[in-house]
Amino acid sequence: MFNNLQDKLESAFKNLKGQARITELNVASTIKEIRRALVDADVNYKIAKDFTDKIKEKAMGEKVLNAVSPGQLMVKIVKDELTELMGGEEAGFNAKGNPAVILIAGLQGSGKTTFSGKLANYLKTKKGLSPMLVAADIYRPAAMEQLRVLGEQIGVEVHIEAENKDAVSIAKNAIAESRSKNKNVVIIDTAGRLAIDEQMMTEVANIKNAVNPQEILFVVDSMTGQDAVNTARAFNERLDFSGVVLTKLDGDTRGGAALSIKYTVQKPIKFVSNGEKMDALDVFYPERMAQRILGM
Amino acid sequence: AGKNTVDEEVLDNLEEALVSADVGVDTTVRIIDRIEQRVAKDKYMGTGELNRILQEEIENILVEAPSAVSYTFDGEMPAKPYIILVVGVNGVGKTTTIGKLAYNFKKAGKNVLLGAADTFRAAAVDQLTIWSERVGVPIVKQEMGSDPAAVAFDTAQSAMSRGSDVVIIDTAGRLHNKAHLMDELNKIKRVLQKFVPFAPHEVLLVLDGSTGQNALEQAKHFTAATDVTALAITKLDGTAKGGVVLAIADQFKIPVKFIGVGEKMEDLLVFDKHEFVDSLFSLK
Ligand SMILES: Nc1nc2c(ncn2[C@@H]2O[C@H](COP(=O)(O)OP(=O)(O)OP(=O)(O)O)[C@@H](O)[C@H]2O)c(=O)[nH]1
Ligand SMILES: Nc1nc2c(ncn2[C@@H]2O[C@H](COP(=O)(O)OP(=O)(O)OP(=O)(O)O)[C@@H](O)[C@H]2O)c(=O)[nH]1
Ligand SMILES: [K+]
Ligand SMILES: [Mg+2]
Ligand SMILES: [Mg+2]
Repeated sequence: MFNNLQDKLESAFKNLKGQARITELNVASTIKEIRRALVDADVNYKIAKDFTDKIKEKAMGEKVLNAVSPGQLMVKIVKDELTELMGGEEAGFNAKGNPAVILIAGLQGSGKTTFSGKLANYLKTKKGLSPMLVAADIYRPAAMEQLRVLGEQIGVEVHIEAENKDAVSIAKNAIAESRSKNKNVVIIDTAGRLAIDEQMMTEVANIKNAVNPQEILFVVDSMTGQDAVNTARAFNERLDFSGVVLTKLDGDTRGGAALSIKYTVQKPIKFVSNGEKMDALDVFYPERMAQRILGM
Repeated sequence: AGKNTVDEEVLDNLEEALVSADVGVDTTVRIIDRIEQRVAKDKYMGTGELNRILQEEIENILVEAPSAVSYTFDGEMPAKPYIILVVGVNGVGKTTTIGKLAYNFKKAGKNVLLGAADTFRAAAVDQLTIWSERVGVPIVKQEMGSDPAAVAFDTAQSAMSRGSDVVIIDTAGRLHNKAHLMDELNKIKRVLQKFVPFAPHEVLLVLDGSTGQNALEQAKHFTAATDVTALAITKLDGTAKGGVVLAIADQFKIPVKFIGVGEKMEDLLVFDKHEFVDSLFSLK
């Protein structure tokens, strides 16, 4: 319905033509269209409100109405603002350490195990590091086997302790082993968990405390809806993660969750996952994401 | 006092509640319009009354399972073998839902057979095998990387010779915008029909309850590619409300049949409209 935000905005602006400046009153319907487009793209309802309030202020300062195409200019303002919000200062990725420890966490089925494999592959082939994968999901049927298969595909060793029922000790043992094997980066794949599952959230916090990771990546499915905010906030409160990974961007989701998460926890999006294959990994482009959310 | 008009504020709050539950803008606006129409006639409206109307309007959107394909775990199945094909995008909970369904059917005394037609995702066959052992039902499988349609063929053949009551076939997660993967589902269907004329009797589309508006696209494309007969919504044990199924029911008229509320085999519920609508507005 809101596929073409720009057209919507042009018509919303039509009856405002001739007025010299955007004022609080005359901009209301335009702002409403933008808000709806954002919510339609799964941006959190409250955040869409907040964000469009800011846009309103910005727009009022500029001579939008005098533009040949006010809708176009308005879309540009929105896009630029979105891009800035999603990007911010360059975050970088810290894979230095002896070994560098990277902890992967998130909801069930978000794409953690697949991403763990991809990251190992990336660090190995693009950064010349020698990674080790750690199967610390002791719950999901065949989770360890899944990581073992991925490790085999990319030629990266996977630390597995099939009989160990303590994810914290698996992680610690893996780090000890990585030192003896001269691995310089250790990627710990953990079980999927709900943010309200106290016991499971304590487990992942315990892993963090035991291994002191350089990077903690929160992996989130880009198709997530309004709940993305709650989940991101809860994981961030427990883990103070260093970055976000957006997965399944090879789908056609608009991905508004990305904005919600960035807005809520102020943590950079460090990678995007866009396929099931081990090389389907990309760095994050804020402008592309902004365009995608706006359906451009 | 005691007099409660349905003013802007009430409707705004309602809009916020619906949209925050992933119901989506279109369907939310529709529901609010309906309520506005109905309450305009009545001058006095208590909160309880308003809630009842709201509940009614939402439940009207949620369609009942058409009786032709309907079954209960312990009732007689409409066909033998009754073949259920489970489809959906990546990671939504297909394989887990199959484990739970198998558990429920078996508990009700039915002979269940699983078919491991996800031959693509790493350890997918192992995962389903563990479920089959957990529940105690047989499984038909082949090597990883083999043709999913060939697995479906084997499964149907095996079901015929074993006299299975219910056959549940797992498929690889696939994004609905990948046409070649969607075509594969039809190939599976054609193969099944070589053994059982109207198979699959049920195509169960699994949706992740935390998915936002993209679930509509999923419903649209999976419905177009295969005749989806029912929905299962998973992961509703979390804080996500799964409100997008309202929009899906509204637009596609596919009934919701099951709800996933955890990772254990017992964590499957038969969908209940009232409870679902209640939980849409509950603060958890
Ligand atoms: N299309 C696509 N599929 C993906 C992507 N990332 C992961 N997947 C698929 O999503 C499904 C779930 O991925 P997993 O890596 O198993 O997810 P997980 O978070 O480890 O799941 P749990 O361990 O059960 O919590 C699998 O079918 C993956 O192949 C992606 O970027 N694009
Ligand atoms: N909390 C919760 N987790 C669930 C539920 N259903 C499935 N899961 C979890 O979600 C993750 C993915 O489930 P799978 O059954 O592997 O999903 P799938 O659709 O088969 O995934 P692919 O085959 O990779 O596309 C696993 O960690 C499951 O344990 C549910 O109802 N609640
Ligand atoms: K819920
Ligand atoms: Mg995993
Ligand atoms: Mg599966």
